[in-house]
Amino acid sequence: MSTLLDGSREDASRRDWQHILHIDAALLFGLLALSGLGLFVLYSAAGQEQPVLLRQLIRLAVAFGGMALVAQLRPQWLQRWTPWIYGLGLLLLAAVLLVGDIGKGAQRWLDFGFVRFQPSEMMKLAVPMMVAWYLSDQRLPPGGARVSVAGALIIVPVLLIARQPDLGTALLIGSAGFFALFLAGLSWRLLAGLVLAGAGAAPVLWHFMHDYQRQRVITFLNPEQDPLGTGYHIIQSKIAIGSGGVFGKGWLNGTQAHLEFLPERSTDFIFAVLGEEFGLVGILAVLAMYTVIIVRSVYIATQAQDTYGRLLGGSLAMTFFIYLIVNTGMVTGLLPVVGLPLPLISYGGTSMVTLMAGFGMLMSIHTHRKLLPT
Amino acid sequence: MAYPVTIKDYLFESRLFMQRSIQALVFAALLIAALVGRLIYLQVVAHEHFITLSDDNRIKILPLPPNRGLIFDRNGLILADNLPSYRLEITPEQVRDMQGTLERLAQLVNIRDVDRKRFDNLRARTPAFKPVPLRFHLSDEEVARFAIDRHKFPGVDIVAGLSRHYPHGPLGAHALGYVGRVDERDLQRIDASNYSGTTHIGKVGIERTYEDVLHGKVGFSQVETNAEGRVLRTLVRTPPVPGENLYLTLDAELQNVAEQAFGDNAGAVVVIDPNNGDVLAFVSQPTYDPNLFVNGIDTDTYHALNTDPQRPLFNRALRGQYPPGSTIKPFVGLGGLEQGITSPQAHTYCPGFYQLPGKDRKYRDWKRTGHGTVDLGSAIAESCDVYFYDLALSMGIDRLHEFLSQFGFGASTGIDISGELGGLLPSRDWKRGARSEPWFPGETLITGIGQGFVLTTPVQLASATATLARYGHRLKPHIVASTQKYDDPELTPLAVETLLAIPVVDRHHWSEVIDAMREVVHGKRGTARKIGLDIEYDIAGKTGTAQVFGLKEEEKYDADKLAKKLHDHSLFIAFAPVDSPAVAIAIVVEHGGSGSAVAAPIARTILDKFLEKSAS
Repeated sequence: MSTLLDGSREDASRRDWQHILHIDAALLFGLLALSGLGLFVLYSAAGQEQPVLLRQLIRLAVAFGGMALVAQLRPQWLQRWTPWIYGLGLLLLAAVLLVGDIGKGAQRWLDFGFVRFQPSEMMKLAVPMMVAWYLSDQRLPPGGARVSVAGALIIVPVLLIARQPDLGTALLIGSAGFFALFLAGLSWRLLAGLVLAGAGAAPVLWHFMHDYQRQRVITFLNPEQDPLGTGYHIIQSKIAIGSGGVFGKGWLNGTQAHLEFLPERSTDFIFAVLGEEFGLVGILAVLAMYTVIIVRSVYIATQAQDTYGRLLGGSLAMTFFIYLIVNTGMVTGLLPVVGLPLPLISYGGTSMVTLMAGFGMLMSIHTHRKLLPT
Repeated sequence: MAYPVTIKDYLFESRLFMQRSIQALVFAALLIAALVGRLIYLQVVAHEHFITLSDDNRIKILPLPPNRGLIFDRNGLILADNLPSYRLEITPEQVRDMQGTLERLAQLVNIRDVDRKRFDNLRARTPAFKPVPLRFHLSDEEVARFAIDRHKFPGVDIVAGLSRHYPHGPLGAHALGYVGRVDERDLQRIDASNYSGTTHIGKVGIERTYEDVLHGKVGFSQVETNAEGRVLRTLVRTPPVPGENLYLTLDAELQNVAEQAFGDNAGAVVVIDPNNGDVLAFVSQPTYDPNLFVNGIDTDTYHALNTDPQRPLFNRALRGQYPPGSTIKPFVGLGGLEQGITSPQAHTYCPGFYQLPGKDRKYRDWKRTGHGTVDLGSAIAESCDVYFYDLALSMGIDRLHEFLSQFGFGASTGIDISGELGGLLPSRDWKRGARSEPWFPGETLITGIGQGFVLTTPVQLASATATLARYGHRLKPHIVASTQKYDDPELTPLAVETLLAIPVVDRHHWSEVIDAMREVVHGKRGTARKIGLDIEYDIAGKTGTAQVFGLKEEEKYDADKLAKKLHDHSLFIAFAPVDSPAVAIAIVVEHGGSGSAVAAPIARTILDKFLEKSAS
């Protein structure tokens, strides 16, 4: 039995390898299985190019490494540094708007000379941390005043990111903050009030939207209106998924993907490749893996021993779900086109590192638990 | 760190969190259920629909046009073939700077103004994503020059194909006709799917009549393309069935002799084998080069052809309707004999004119001084008008019409060249219908000498002559003898159609008339006796002179005083040899003057050539 910094002790009986390495085996297994399967889909979607596969493998290795590192940080340490991390994030976001680099038509990057950095990625973790930090030092459920403050902590970075413009990330960060509030016991009346306020704000939001964002909403409502323009993505991805049928066309046999009818097939629309080549059966298998990861994550949150750990863990778990549902909803034509990748499967790096750092935090929360007197 | 003093109920908060977590998971489960529902809709319910859309995306059907059948003359000489040719095509959609592209192209290949005009015309009528031809028949050198610089011309392509070609140019053009690019009007008369890859279609002549046989059946190739439309592989290939070849009854050598014999005259000649209805020569002069029309004639040349006073595009043999003049007399005479109205021995006195009983008006004979006493034989040989005025009057228009129509006068022969006109054989009914007037006896008189309302076409006249030569056995004239499948050396002959066997009352009546026609050429007073000199075979013929310009009663025809376009048409019909006819001919020389002077000598040239050929 060892005495920890804050004077508590770890449970010696739980000192198996998971606790020594601060890794949750169930979560790790789910993540590895999903990203392994994702490599198969990506190999097909990217036209069987091995360099692409190699780059993705390196990214995965970096991301899993990052996860393992973050898992070593104590939740208490994270909690202590939360306001500073959040504050730094806000500063950097403001800096992006002032001096940021423009990539793909949006101002998202900060260039430090040796590395380019996207502060919005940092906020994906900083916002749920901050809300959890703020709500955890008083009793739950939070009252109206505390909800308002928490709301402000969420909405400021969301607006800054939406301004870049990066609607997908803003949406993710907004929901991360929201789920922290919801899990803290946000009263249903306040929730209803928020929904109504959101509905009232829609026309205002529309007013502030960029043209291409408005176009996406219009296209979502009626993709066939512009089959060769912005509606093309949705039409082609529906064709890919629908033509896959129950069992799919088989790995490497998707005509929509391989004959290049499906745009963005290795990034945001990779779910359509999955649906075309592996069919409903393949999609259900993948959805099952996601479900395992989400349920395990929520379970970890419920087992956390303090409010901060619960709220942060639950919020990260639900953000992962939002990631999944926004991407699949977009690719199947249920939701408007919002540029979000399919977590762990889409080709691309930055967001994967952030995502895995979040899972590192979940593992940290789960494996640093103190022995409580029963 | 100084925390405000708050009493936290850990158990309550833990339970609250558990409750909220479950609610969040239920929310997530509901959304995933909605997603799965959507997937079941896409992948199970609407699966067939999306499979179709997916196949439509990637599978394109490319038509494979069949090769057009060739056309040969009766001796196997090729009259219409397909030449490999390279054409330069531009897809306007893919060209950013059309003006600049055309200017740079002009430095590599010869682009004439007419090419530019045709290109602009076609381009205006073609959707921008479809290629428009700019030049046809590129030379090898031009192809090579372009190939080197091809990469500098996006949207410009050289396409190899087969192009219809008429190696003998104008020879037999009015019979052959030509092909041209498929246009809107053509699309209404064809099965568009069978023409999906075909650019050309028969426009006139045999090319049009036998379009179905010549064209063949389109093939298809199912190909897989990527999103850019690039063909990646062929999935299924149904090869096209080439069109069938045609072997004509036409003899190109005889055709050539006949065309040359016309010189600068305008007119038509149709030569038929009376034994089977084979059309041996089919001439309408002047003629034109059908190659001009294959890839679109330029406006200037077309305008010149169209406004030429000689009207080279007018198919005189098929559509020229002329008064038969005296060439009708043998048929009228035969009618008189067969209907028992006159006999070979019956005499008529010809004073040079004829008057209806009780009327003052004089109907003139071409010979002012008169022929004196004539019978049927001399009336035909010397072409006495008065004899036939009298005979026609005795027959009356009804019997005249009945008898002449058996030879096909006034109706299309049904020859297998499209666009034939029927001429006109007047009757009481016709006149009531067309003119709302009764029939007058004077009109019967002039019908008897082939003037007035009666009109015939050269092909009709030749068919009637062949029928006379065969003692009433009337065959449908035809110009295509047989067809030949592309993979089969055997020829399939087309059936010879008997139109009618005219009931013969007495064969002697027919031989009387034929003897009289023999006298026309070989008799001392025959109107065509000049062509009967130095001849080794015998001809039965009849001259005719058709008035274009109505003379007044006392006026004298004076060719020198009349404009050429008012000169009489010169006609001649004949068959030879008399006893075993091998050839029947009808010839019209427009504004040629008298039949004996112009038409008969041309006929002699043609008959000489034919009989010389058939002898050897």
